[in-house]
Amino acid sequence: MSNVDLNNITKRFKGVTALDHISFDIKNGEFFVLLGPTGAGKTTTLRLIAGLEILDEGDISFDGSSIAPLSPAERDVALVFQQYSLYPLLNVYDNLASPLRSPLRKTSETEIRKTVEDVAGKLRIGHLLKRKASNLSGGEMQRVAIGRALVRNPRIYLMDEPLSNLDAKLREALRIELKHLQKTQESTTLFVTHDQIEAMTMADRIAVLNQGNILQVGSPYEIYDHPATTFVAQLVGTPRINLLAGEIHDGNVLIKDSEVKFAVPNEVKLPSSFTLGLRPENVHLDDAGEFSGVIELLEPLGVETILHIRSGKQVLLSVIAGITPRKMGENIRFSIVHERLSFFDKEGTRIVT
Amino acid sequence: MPMVEHQGRAKAGVALRAGFSVIVCIIFLIPVFWMLSTAFKPRLEILSIPPKVFFEPSLEGFVSLFTVRSTLTETQMVEYANRKDLTWIDKFALDRGVAIVGPSQYVNRVKNSIIIAGISTILAVIMGLFTAYAFSRFKVKGEGDLLFFILSTRMLPAVVVTIPIFLMYRQLGLYDTHIGMIILYTAFNLSFSVWLLKGFIDEIPKEYEEAALVDGYSRWQAFIKYVLPQSLSGIAATTVFCFIFAWNEYAFSLMLTSDKARTAPPSIPAVLGTAGIEWAAIAAGALLFLIPVVIVTFALRKYLLRGVTFGAIRK
Amino acid sequence: MATIELVQVEKKFGDFHAVKPVNLTINDGEFVVLLGPSGCGKTTTLRMIAGLETITSGKILLNGEDITDKPARDRDVSFVFQFFALYPHMTAKGNIIFPLQTQGTSRSEIEQRLNEVVKMLDIQYLLHLRPGALSSGDQQRIALARALIRRPRAFLLDEPLGALDADFRETMRAEIKSLHLRTKATTLYVTHDQIEAMAMGDRIVVMSAAIVQQVGTPAEVYHDPNNMFVARFIGSPGMNLIPGTYSQGSVQLPGNNVCPVPETYRSTLDKYGYDKKVVVGFRPEAVIPSANGVLSSQVYSQDLHGSYTMINLSMNGEIIHGRVERSANYAINDIVRFDIRPDMIRFFDPETESAIKAEVRNV
Repeated sequence: MSNVDLNNITKRFKGVTALDHISFDIKNGEFFVLLGPTGAGKTTTLRLIAGLEILDEGDISFDGSSIAPLSPAERDVALVFQQYSLYPLLNVYDNLASPLRSPLRKTSETEIRKTVEDVAGKLRIGHLLKRKASNLSGGEMQRVAIGRALVRNPRIYLMDEPLSNLDAKLREALRIELKHLQKTQESTTLFVTHDQIEAMTMADRIAVLNQGNILQVGSPYEIYDHPATTFVAQLVGTPRINLLAGEIHDGNVLIKDSEVKFAVPNEVKLPSSFTLGLRPENVHLDDAGEFSGVIELLEPLGVETILHIRSGKQVLLSVIAGITPRKMGENIRFSIVHERLSFFDKEGTRIVT
Repeated sequence: MPMVEHQGRAKAGVALRAGFSVIVCIIFLIPVFWMLSTAFKPRLEILSIPPKVFFEPSLEGFVSLFTVRSTLTETQMVEYANRKDLTWIDKFALDRGVAIVGPSQYVNRVKNSIIIAGISTILAVIMGLFTAYAFSRFKVKGEGDLLFFILSTRMLPAVVVTIPIFLMYRQLGLYDTHIGMIILYTAFNLSFSVWLLKGFIDEIPKEYEEAALVDGYSRWQAFIKYVLPQSLSGIAATTVFCFIFAWNEYAFSLMLTSDKARTAPPSIPAVLGTAGIEWAAIAAGALLFLIPVVIVTFALRKYLLRGVTFGAIRK
Repeated sequence: MATIELVQVEKKFGDFHAVKPVNLTINDGEFVVLLGPSGCGKTTTLRMIAGLETITSGKILLNGEDITDKPARDRDVSFVFQFFALYPHMTAKGNIIFPLQTQGTSRSEIEQRLNEVVKMLDIQYLLHLRPGALSSGDQQRIALARALIRRPRAFLLDEPLGALDADFRETMRAEIKSLHLRTKATTLYVTHDQIEAMAMGDRIVVMSAAIVQQVGTPAEVYHDPNNMFVARFIGSPGMNLIPGTYSQGSVQLPGNNVCPVPETYRSTLDKYGYDKKVVVGFRPEAVIPSANGVLSSQVYSQDLHGSYTMINLSMNGEIIHGRVERSANYAINDIVRFDIRPDMIRFFDPETESAIKAEVRNV
């Protein structure tokens, strides 16, 4: 396992800049997630590290030494794809063994057997070893694909949306197992995804990528609580954060077209107009609350209920625990958690508090 | 009940479609049946009107196909019949008033066909596979133009280019040689095999090779180990198509060969016997010539179907 | 507006039983969701109601009238497909008014109805665009408008949000639901996403393997699932289901854990039998960590979900999910003691997978 350093890397495809001078580092033993929408440049970053694409500018180093001159095979990384990485004509055992049989490694067959059986046990696919890869279910296939990476002890695991083709329940189960494995083995991992839940739940640190630029690097807590831009704020969290246009009125913060108005928090210097970010769980139903509103819509999800609260012309989302006995159309009072507000300027950049 | 009516109508539709299919099949099979029956008809019944459907099968056509014969006079026949070294074929010929002088060229023609079609097919598929792989996996400058250029060799009908090629081949000493025909058919088939195989290789996700590359295999090893086995059906389909083309090709062979390298197709209609056109022999030659193609097509029909439809079902 | 009734409706494709006999009544103005994994028969059921699929046996009634043999066009229901099915060569407006034009509605009537749906969906600014220029969410808005403008007796929607990007899905979910609140049109909605079903449905019909597993309100299917399938399928993650053995007021769980049985279930379980295998079910939010909790397990992993943290515990290999404070911080392999909220504990028979319902209902 290694420390991985990306320094000012740039990649262009036919004149289109896919990655624009991005830098970050992955520490030894860290679970690092690249999060962003389709086309953000996540997969390109991963392929650059693997050596499947060639850098236009910048440098990538493992433990301080540049890997630019090395071929994909010499870089000693393990790659898990979104799909299609199993050889359909081989059985599971041979699929798992194939990285160990490469001419670079030339492991003895007894050694291979030991490693394969060990990894198969960890991933609970021991009973599938004789099965042809083409006869596996989606979940089994992806376990084997992950296993193909685990049989080696590479310098870094690179995972490209390995869970995105699975159904929700399987994804949940595999997510937990992947994280457990990573934590117990302390393997350096770069995990690429567009799914904010995967990023939040698995990462030690997250880099949010959009249109070839890094918007923020930080722990899940930092990303969730102190998003650097409105884009980041909207990317993480379900239901989505309330982003409301605000202005200063007589020294108070006023949410436009609504009755929500409160004193400017001491430590913040706000411009005359700005965007206010308020997570739904920080909007509380509260009979003694300072604001009034109407429940416009209720979405009972079981564990929690999403309320759409109308105040003036604005609708705020709120999340409360359990299934509420309240009805749509009901007049209610609510309060907000002032300490957890985020403010953004006109460009959508966080106003530092 | 409307439901019942629905089902009744559906059944009638099925019957109609089945009937139509049968008629189409019959229309397509009539020439084949004609050839088959002609091949086994005695000479006198071939041109009878109305055509005879039931007749006593005879091997006359096949004998004519494989032999060169001369007509005997009455006295020659008696003399000939008394010889002790006659085989059943000789006796067969004698009954019809002819003596077998020697073997015909048909066997040689078929042998040429096998050599030329076989080797050119193998070359076209191997070269096509590498070209297709390169086009599919690497960024080739001017890829679209190149692919179009490759295909353009296929656009002119053979008759248009035979004269220039004939002149060229005469200068180069390739006229009526096996190597000349092999080169020609390979070049002609290559465009087709590149296009067809590229379609198949495009369908194999490149992740397989990338996984292998990262695992420590070279590009060549990844190709042999993972791409080749997965493109077998494509290779099979391409092989059949190329082989059928080379096997059936007529115009080039007619113009560019005369004897040594002449293939079967132009030779079959040229089977002329002592008494004008030997229809039975022609039919017999065509029949035998057809057999390899039928066998190959039948054995690989599953892949062929994929080959024919691959463009249509790709996303 | 309409009441839809399914009486012993069944569908076979050759030997394959796509839908086993279903009885279901959808009341006038109700929003009912057909929920289940792919291949469970939910879409087939919807298509049978629409008349796009014949039924093998049974009856479908619309407002009491037998419509079993009526062709689709005479049923007066609207069908919204997953993939929008918009005509690419027409503008959004052309697409919306198309069904009225084919019916020969007068021009003024068309204008008036168009205005109505445009206002309802707030799509004025899209009308002159062609489908190709629209985002997936806007395309589905147009498809909805096209369904609405016909003023059908019922709406049938087949995974209408399935093809949308995740961020549109949340918005459209709320939009469709508030649209329903305004129109009060009888709606049958098919989805495989339990969150959508919970959020939107007045009632949910949970289907699996061609069989209706449960019909109930979101609260009912969430808190009182009929069987282990429903318990697992509803919720994210689903209900924790831990196998154990019942004896005298408590259940023996893996790892020498003993789970006390709430009073309400005692008599039922006593009748069920001592030393019999039973499955204990509880939702992740019913896990209450406490220093002197009666149960103990080892931390397998823990993950932050933004507003809360999920701890995944291993009780001798059985994974238990617990939804806890977001500030929680456990290390892997830590031992955690916890209790299960007694009002949220449920029991299942592992043989039949059915719920063992309490005789005395807990409030």
